[in-house]
Amino acid sequence: MHEKILLSHGEGGKRTRDLIAKVIARYFDNPVLAPFLDSGLLGRIEGEIAFTTDGYVVTPPFFPGGDIGRLAVCGTVNDLAVCGAKAFAISCGLILEEGLPLETLERALAAMKEAAGEAGVVIACGDTKVVERGKGDGIFITTAGLGVSVDGWKPSPSKVRPGDRILLTGTMGDHHVAVLVARQGLSITAPVLSDVAPLAGLLLPVLARFGDGVRFLRDPTRGGVGVTLNEMAATANARFVLDEARLPVREAVRGVCEILGFDPLYLANEGKAVLIADAAVAGNVLAALRDHPYGREAAVIGEVGEGAPGVRMRTLAGGLRAVDYPVGDQLPRIC
Amino acid sequence: MCLGVPAKVMERSGDAAVVELGGVRREISLMLLDDVSVGEWVIVHAGFAIERLSEGAALQTLELFREIADAPDVH
Amino acid sequence: MRLTYIDDFRDPATAKALVARIREDAGDRPVRIMEVCGTHTVAIARCGIRPLLSGAVTMVSGPGCPVCVTPDGYIDAAIALGKERGALLASFGDMLRVPGTSSSLEREKGEGLDVRVVYSPLDAVALAAGSPDREVVFLGVGFETTAPAIAGAIRTAAQRGVANFSVLSSVRTIPEAMGILAADPDIRIQGFLCPAHVSAIIGADAYRAVASERRIPCVVAGFEPLDILLGISMLVRQIREGAARVENEYTRVATGAGNRKAQELVAEVFTPCDTGWRGIGVIPGSGLRIADRYDAYDAERKFGVPVLFSSEKTACRCGDVLKGKIVPPECPLFGKACVPEEPYGPCMVSSEGTCAAYYKYGAS
Repeated sequence: MHEKILLSHGEGGKRTRDLIAKVIARYFDNPVLAPFLDSGLLGRIEGEIAFTTDGYVVTPPFFPGGDIGRLAVCGTVNDLAVCGAKAFAISCGLILEEGLPLETLERALAAMKEAAGEAGVVIACGDTKVVERGKGDGIFITTAGLGVSVDGWKPSPSKVRPGDRILLTGTMGDHHVAVLVARQGLSITAPVLSDVAPLAGLLLPVLARFGDGVRFLRDPTRGGVGVTLNEMAATANARFVLDEARLPVREAVRGVCEILGFDPLYLANEGKAVLIADAAVAGNVLAALRDHPYGREAAVIGEVGEGAPGVRMRTLAGGLRAVDYPVGDQLPRIC
Repeated sequence: MCLGVPAKVMERSGDAAVVELGGVRREISLMLLDDVSVGEWVIVHAGFAIERLSEGAALQTLELFREIADAPDVH
Repeated sequence: MRLTYIDDFRDPATAKALVARIREDAGDRPVRIMEVCGTHTVAIARCGIRPLLSGAVTMVSGPGCPVCVTPDGYIDAAIALGKERGALLASFGDMLRVPGTSSSLEREKGEGLDVRVVYSPLDAVALAAGSPDREVVFLGVGFETTAPAIAGAIRTAAQRGVANFSVLSSVRTIPEAMGILAADPDIRIQGFLCPAHVSAIIGADAYRAVASERRIPCVVAGFEPLDILLGISMLVRQIREGAARVENEYTRVATGAGNRKAQELVAEVFTPCDTGWRGIGVIPGSGLRIADRYDAYDAERKFGVPVLFSSEKTACRCGDVLKGKIVPPECPLFGKACVPEEPYGPCMVSSEGTCAAYYKYGAS
């Protein structure tokens, strides 16, 4: 095997077959994928099916706490989990840049294998393409995921009503800061790990147990909790009021935000969920979340209020301010 | 006008220093201040330490806040 | 998860007590206080302080947003330097979406202009040192807090012989502007909340002239919620007393004399001059231009690209917002033709802009 990806690895000839048989197959060795047919045959599936798709272009591909491979699996699993579905099969489309070190590919594949094992999903099919040097940023991964919906629960944003509680499963902004710090050029070091994690094990038992006591949920990825809450408020046609004192943020993430002028509400997360729950069960939902390794720092961060739809926040100073959609990147600023 | 954050000087070498806030470290310039020691707190703006932070004055201000917070209600 | 010197200055119970004290002292006639500094405007909006004090204190936002008072001719000059001279432009993040006469840096970046966001002017010097075949122009926009940093970068470049580095300067100074605003009968300011870090550099004593000539109390305050509330409380008490002193709430950082070393560096690299403020006009002695001995690092002179100060687009009311004559919702464009994604004027796009603060954080 060559040590770098060449254009010929994507042409469908012997090099492609070698790449699949000698590299990819070593990591994705499951019965569905093993025959390497044009499709993965999944057999008969019981239950209601959910389907999602995503693309992963993170740079750099490896960062403290995670990597593009783990991200690809977890992101797909989580999109299904927040809709009440347990992922069982994922596709893996690889777009590789000519010159990508083989070692980089293997690290990503190993991470996908490990994440898939943790999440209980099979990588059922895939594709590999190679683009010329300069036409792709190392490695891009696209996925599609299939899941089976949990019995007795479906997303019900229309059931949201005043008094419902807003819960967040853990600290904000860890992924964003980990990736930012991993990029060269800012000369900042921060002891922050990405929170990338598969959340089906955290969330699905809660949905099964509490039924429509949990109205609906989302995972706050790009744009952070701030953007996700605005989208949820619009979907549910509800007014959310957050409590600034209760937002969970790691000290180091706060440090980076202070230094660079960011607002943690708008930083990306890859292992968190926002839930809207009936006040009557919110305490028990919180306890259930905290019982799980990925929910130890879960918190009630606000509640659903009365009035025009939107997102507001009660500040530490006792005032009330809007939490709107951000505009543009959160660029480091000084003035 | 100007975002400046308090940070602690952890290392220094000539005019260059590494400061820390909440576990986050950053390289900055000390060229605007004289005789800054490791362990001192400074205000950082645009990659420079622009002033020292006086711990004594900070404590006095905090003491004032405590008095205000503890003052009996005047209504 | 406590951040030292930050969390203690955000305590909710003390905030509540300070609000009560302010309301008690203000009585039944609201006082008008101008927060000069854009960082204060944003902090006040983020903490939701304005509605907490309504009826007792009316906070009037001032022109302390260096991006907002930079004329659109500056953006035009920067774009020209990039397009016609092939310069690499290094800038603070704020400047990117500010509209010039016909375009913005962000738009031009999409068309191929080489613009890099930097956090420190020294990063721009490093960029220049690392690419000796490119001209690197740093967009030096700021007030007295940033002037020493820009001066430091110019002197560093001169000492190291980084000849391909220069600064397109847009530095303004605060006390002169305060004097103009205090004299304007339409604005009716009774007290100034003075900027924390400008004051750290120039010293609280720098406001004595404004306080005594205009008979207006000036209080230097930090940026945390408790700093702002205590600063406002100190102003309210002076106003009720009929006093016009300079006081300092931010004693942990700002002193009476300020940072002498920084002031000397600024005096070496810059020379005071008359300069135009967008929306206000020319304020005598309110600018800093690069001194003749450093003219090789002055992009305007090096490349012969002057920054023109011209009349702005007529529909834009940024000028009146910057002077505190109107609040953003009173501008007919606010929230309609002028929104953060498509700003008509700089007050809406700058992270320190008054209109941006009202739009982002307004909780009506």
